Amino acid sequence: MIAPFSEVLVVAGILFALGAFCAVVRRNLIMIVLGIEIMLNAASIVFVGASLHLSNLDGQSFVLFILAVAATEVSVGLAIIVYAFRRTGSFDPGNFNLLG
Amino acid sequence: MTLYGMLFHIISAVIIAATAVAITRKNLVHAVVYLIVSFFGTAMLFYLFGAPLLAALEVIIYAGAIMVLFLFVVMMIRAESAEKKVFVPIQWIPAAIFCLIYVLVAAAMAVGTPGMNAPLKMLSASPAQFAIYVFKYQWFSIEVVSMLLLLAVIGALNLGAGRRAGRVDEERRIEDDSALQ
Repeated sequence: MIAPFSEVLVVAGILFALGAFCAVVRRNLIMIVLGIEIMLNAASIVFVGASLHLSNLDGQSFVLFILAVAATEVSVGLAIIVYAFRRTGSFDPGNFNLLG
Repeated sequence: MTLYGMLFHIISAVIIAATAVAITRKNLVHAVVYLIVSFFGTAMLFYLFGAPLLAALEVIIYAGAIMVLFLFVVMMIRAESAEKKVFVPIQWIPAAIFCLIYVLVAAAMAVGTPGMNAPLKMLSASPAQFAIYVFKYQWFSIEVVSMLLLLAVIGALNLGAGRRAGRVDEERRIEDDSALQ
C-alpha cells in the first residue's frame, strides 16, 4: 500500500510549479531549458502514478515517449543556445533582439 | 502508515527540496548537480510505482545523458557571469503568486475528487511485460519517435557545424573562381 493517488498529484503539481517558476523568472537560457526539463519530469511522475492507479501500461509507455522528446528538445535547444551565444556573446534572452 | 507510504513521502520531500535548491542557484554547475539528485529521486519513485525499466531509463537518460549534456555546455561556455541578480522582485513575486494559486487549487481538486483517496496497491510491470506491451500496441509511436530522434541529430549537427562548413564551402568557391580566372 503506497500513498493515495491524490498525494502523487500534489507532489507532481508542486514540481511542475517549481519548473514553471524557474522557466519564467530566471533570465538565463540554460536555466529556462532546465525549468522545462523539470516540468516534463513532473508530467512523467503523474503518468507513472496514473498507470499504477488504473492498472494500465499506457501511462508507462507515454513516459518512454516523454523521455525521447526530452532528449530531442535538450539536444536541439542546447545547440541553439550555443549558436546564439556564439552570435551575441550572452545568455540573457533580453539581448537577442536582432533579426537575421 | 505503511513502509512504502513512508518511503514515498521521504522520496518526494527530497525531490521537492532538491529541485527548489536547484532553481535558486546562481552557479549553473550547482543547479545541474542538484537536479541530478532530484532525478535520482524520481527514478526511485518510478521503481516504487512498479516501473523498474523506466527507473533505469530515468537514471541513464535523464540523470546520465541529459544532465551531462547540460554540464558540457555550461563548462564549454563560461556561463557564470550571465545574471547579476538571480531574482528580480518585480518578476518573481507575481510568478510565485500564480504558481502558489495553481498548486493550491490543483491540490484541493486532487484531494476532493472521489476515488482518488484509496491507497495505491503495489504492482510491478517487469521489463519484459512492458516491452511486449509497447511493441504490440504502441509500435507506430515508437517509429515516430525514432524519426524524431533522427531529425534531432540532423538539426543539432546543422546548428553546431553548419556555419563553419558553409564558410569552408565559400572559401573553396572563391579559390575555384580565382583558379578559373
